[in-house]
Amino acid sequence: MIEPTRMSAVELINQMSAGHLSAEEVTRAYIDRIDRLDRSVKSFLLFDPESALTVARSIDQKRRNGEHLGPLAGVPIALKDNLCTPGLPTTCGSRMLQNFRPPYEATVIRKLREADAVFIGKTNMDEFAMGSSTENSAYGATCNPWDLERIPGGSSGGSAASVAADFAPLSIGSDTGGSIRQPAALCGIVGLKPTYGRVSRYGLIAFASSLDQIGPFAHDLADTSLLLQVISGHDPHDATSVDSPVPDYLATLEKPPERLRIGLVREFFSEGLDPEIEAAVREAVRLYVGAGATVKDVSLPHSKYGTAAYYIVAPAECSSNLARYDGTIFGHRAADWSPRTPEEAEIPPLIRMMMASRAEGFGAEVKRRIMLGTFALSAGYADQYYNQALKVRRLIRNDFDAAFADVDVLIGPTTPTAAFKLGEKAADPLAMYLSDIYTITTNLAGIPGLSIPCGLTKSGLPIGLQLMAPAFAEENLLRTARVFERQTDWHTRRPSLA
Amino acid sequence: MDYTIIIGLEIHVQLQTESKMFSASGTAFGLPPNTQTDPVSLGLPGTLPVMNRKAFDLALKTAMALGATISRFTKWDRKNYYYPDLPKNYQISQYDLPFSLGGSLDIPAQKEGSGGGQCRLTRVHLEEDTGKLTHGVGGWSEVDLNRAGIPLLEIVSEPDIRNAADARACLEELRLTLIYLGVSDCEMQEGSLRCDANVNLHIQKDGKTIATPIVEIKNLNSFRSVERALEYEAERQYAKWQKDGLTIKDAFKETRGWSDPEGITKPQRQKETAADYRYFPEPDLVPVVVDDAWLDRVRATIGELPGPRRKRFETEFGLTPYDANVLVEQGQDVADYFETLAKTAGDAKLASNWIQQDVMRILSERKLKLAEFPIKIEVLGDLLRRVHIKALSTHQGREVLAKLLESDESLEQIIEAGGYGVISDRNALSKVIEEMIAANPKAMEDLKGGKKKPDAVKGFLRGQVMKATGGKADPSLVGDLLDERLANVQD
Amino acid sequence: MSLTRDDVTKVAFLARLQLEPHELDTFTGQLNSIMDFVAQLQEPDTADIEPLAHGVEIHNVFREDRAVPSLTREAALSNAPKRNQESFLVPVVLD
Ligand SMILES: [Mg+2]
Ligand SMILES: [Zn+2]
Repeated sequence: MIEPTRMSAVELINQMSAGHLSAEEVTRAYIDRIDRLDRSVKSFLLFDPESALTVARSIDQKRRNGEHLGPLAGVPIALKDNLCTPGLPTTCGSRMLQNFRPPYEATVIRKLREADAVFIGKTNMDEFAMGSSTENSAYGATCNPWDLERIPGGSSGGSAASVAADFAPLSIGSDTGGSIRQPAALCGIVGLKPTYGRVSRYGLIAFASSLDQIGPFAHDLADTSLLLQVISGHDPHDATSVDSPVPDYLATLEKPPERLRIGLVREFFSEGLDPEIEAAVREAVRLYVGAGATVKDVSLPHSKYGTAAYYIVAPAECSSNLARYDGTIFGHRAADWSPRTPEEAEIPPLIRMMMASRAEGFGAEVKRRIMLGTFALSAGYADQYYNQALKVRRLIRNDFDAAFADVDVLIGPTTPTAAFKLGEKAADPLAMYLSDIYTITTNLAGIPGLSIPCGLTKSGLPIGLQLMAPAFAEENLLRTARVFERQTDWHTRRPSLA
Repeated sequence: MDYTIIIGLEIHVQLQTESKMFSASGTAFGLPPNTQTDPVSLGLPGTLPVMNRKAFDLALKTAMALGATISRFTKWDRKNYYYPDLPKNYQISQYDLPFSLGGSLDIPAQKEGSGGGQCRLTRVHLEEDTGKLTHGVGGWSEVDLNRAGIPLLEIVSEPDIRNAADARACLEELRLTLIYLGVSDCEMQEGSLRCDANVNLHIQKDGKTIATPIVEIKNLNSFRSVERALEYEAERQYAKWQKDGLTIKDAFKETRGWSDPEGITKPQRQKETAADYRYFPEPDLVPVVVDDAWLDRVRATIGELPGPRRKRFETEFGLTPYDANVLVEQGQDVADYFETLAKTAGDAKLASNWIQQDVMRILSERKLKLAEFPIKIEVLGDLLRRVHIKALSTHQGREVLAKLLESDESLEQIIEAGGYGVISDRNALSKVIEEMIAANPKAMEDLKGGKKKPDAVKGFLRGQVMKATGGKADPSLVGDLLDERLANVQD
Repeated sequence: MSLTRDDVTKVAFLARLQLEPHELDTFTGQLNSIMDFVAQLQEPDTADIEPLAHGVEIHNVFREDRAVPSLTREAALSNAPKRNQESFLVPVVLD
């Protein structure tokens, strides 16, 4: 039998239900691997082997008792640390929430618990999910398992790295502008941002509410389908979660798509795209053509404004979402808020307390976006920036609607480059923002986007292929991606970790 | 002093729901601090609001009753400002597309007939309440979030009110309307009805109108303080203008707080810059689209409002405006009680008097609610009917009422046992009159000799007749018979 | 668009962020380059375009008016930076 940590979730489930492996054995295998190797990857903020083993044993007991078991019974899963886990630290990668223990449970966490998944730990992330490299974590950066000197992508870098390094077969991330797909691409795994409203956001610590969506990471599409199935569905606690039935994604995955009409997004092949990545994507297109697809060039003319619109809308919402961290009800409070200048002495102590607490609790990128958003919404500027960005957002959505009139799935690269070096873009926020240039528009439009491994660069870094579909067309999106996956072995490649 | 006071009101009303506006924690008043919360109303990271359907229905009902135009599309916005009683540091409110625009309220005239008229409304919108801050306990303020998230209706009036008494009357009429609608208990002491007033003066000088700077008065915790604060503020603004001559163009709107014990308004801390609330659409909530069927459903729940009911009490029941108002402003249960009692008794005026004089007195003496009044309304109606048809005198009626309250006996039993009744047989009463005249010869002598006035003698003899009949003689008939009898004597 | 240090100071106060002098310089520079970048939003013709504020365009999502038991006070106050027996405590607020 192969090592459990090299199995997919589906294989693990088969092995466990056949009695060849216990949940405890599986969990212990992953724990051992994490113990050995996460020192160098640093994907976990919270790693709690004892409680994972306790849950695993209780699942084994349930199985022995013949009790009903959930669809993820005994499967270890890593959770991004912006999901509220009751009684457990939930830091959002921020000093602000270093001691925060939510007294309630995120809906996705509840669904996973009810599916009998085993929570192996909580993963590192860019602070408040703002970033594309996981370097913005208050607790240090996570490294890319394919090259420890490189970033794993972000903001769900810890979740992506943990699956890439086989610390868990599955993990959960969140994607506001590419935070699942970009790290999935850079870590050589599958990452899916579902349609906005497909997965409940209740208990996901908000970054930008109209863009945030929780989604799965896995090595392959079968595991992705299985995990998506478990976390999807309407939630009465989230007014933006849509009440439409959840298909059995795994059951239909192997059925070839009824139609294979693919659109190649012209704007995603512009300057700035690494030639190696372009070549890998074009190779994927040839493979689709070989599989009988009709491939058409399509244009999303307003997608070039995507990054600009995003960097108004997301900061505007974040400036409001993060206003609650003021040292009053929860979160960090500065120890000292005495005035340091005569001007500060004019400010009431309460306000000084809030200002000092926020200054200490937030990192630079969070402050930058809060200020950007505050400015974009402020009197005299809201029309020019915030409202204009919302109009451009509509134009971007209209582009997708027009494109999907003729094609079923759009494809292109997930990222313009492979994983860059740690620290390489840290000093230039704008350069960092541009690494999400191909993923941002799907968040603005609310549609699903998927990244699957489609190659390796000459220096051995993973390349991601992005596929996008109309709202709530995840089933077809996964089946279309499966056409590629079935004919390639990129999803079976693993980094060599000492 | 030639000026007009210009007053507009901004009223916040807590809606009577079981759960909060956007979450499922309760809405009770007066619980120990922080024992009525949930993750959403604490503003905890990751929580999301979901709209309470009943709150929206109650809001629609109120706005429709006030004659407002209901928007067919309405959305939620965030109003961003940092304050410790606002855990998210934004209030979910409505900005550019409130669910209701316009409408009006009829202000009843004062008792002496002055004032009154119509106050137009600018808008009514829905929002969430804040928590409560207790200031200054050993260098710290306490934050209690029990109230945070209770549904709040904000009603903004046009500056149509021209004197302090009308402002009070307007607020009282709004309160009565909301109570009739059953949308709020409107307890000002408990904060479920709160009022701020915007006030300035239009001063006539040399044929020109000069407007003084607008002042927003906060901390108005009773109807009386609304009236007192506005009276005070008008005088203060006039005196201030006489001194500094500042007009609306020279100053920002000022916020002042009313101090009830001192009877003055005081400046509140001024913000160094105008507030910048950075409103934007609440991304966690979706818009509301209202259709005809929904409006019809809500409209059907609106009963008769105080204004129309007063009118009907005057026209249908023949009450004076004063009596109609007293009954209506006691609330729906009293007005309903009156209608039933008036019909059973067959005498509206009598029913009105007995409710105002007897029922209300008994309720307040015994600290009871109307529903707990110990005598069934049919029994009281029967009693009043007997008074109305003169089977009992008013005096007897009150005695019977007192006995009804004390004993378990039925009305019939009490009347029978007490031998209550009215003698209205002319012959029988004439006979008693003759007996009394015979028994009191001095009375007739005094009358004949002119020693006493006829009225005095008549009064004396009537007393004797009443006494002789055990109070049962029909007093007006005795009066008529004595008039006839004594007229002959004088001739 | 050019944001001055003063503008950034005002925005930082509005956002309740205390900035060190060196941060103010860095942020002023960075915010300006971002604002220059987003200036391209003015290019497309949006005259008849409705703003799109939501990720999904649905409406009329309600919950029924039912209350559930409160969090315990201990749970409610469990993350408070400072508290007493019954309340959250903040530096004194005077009106
Ligand atoms: Mg606050
Ligand atoms: Zn308000």
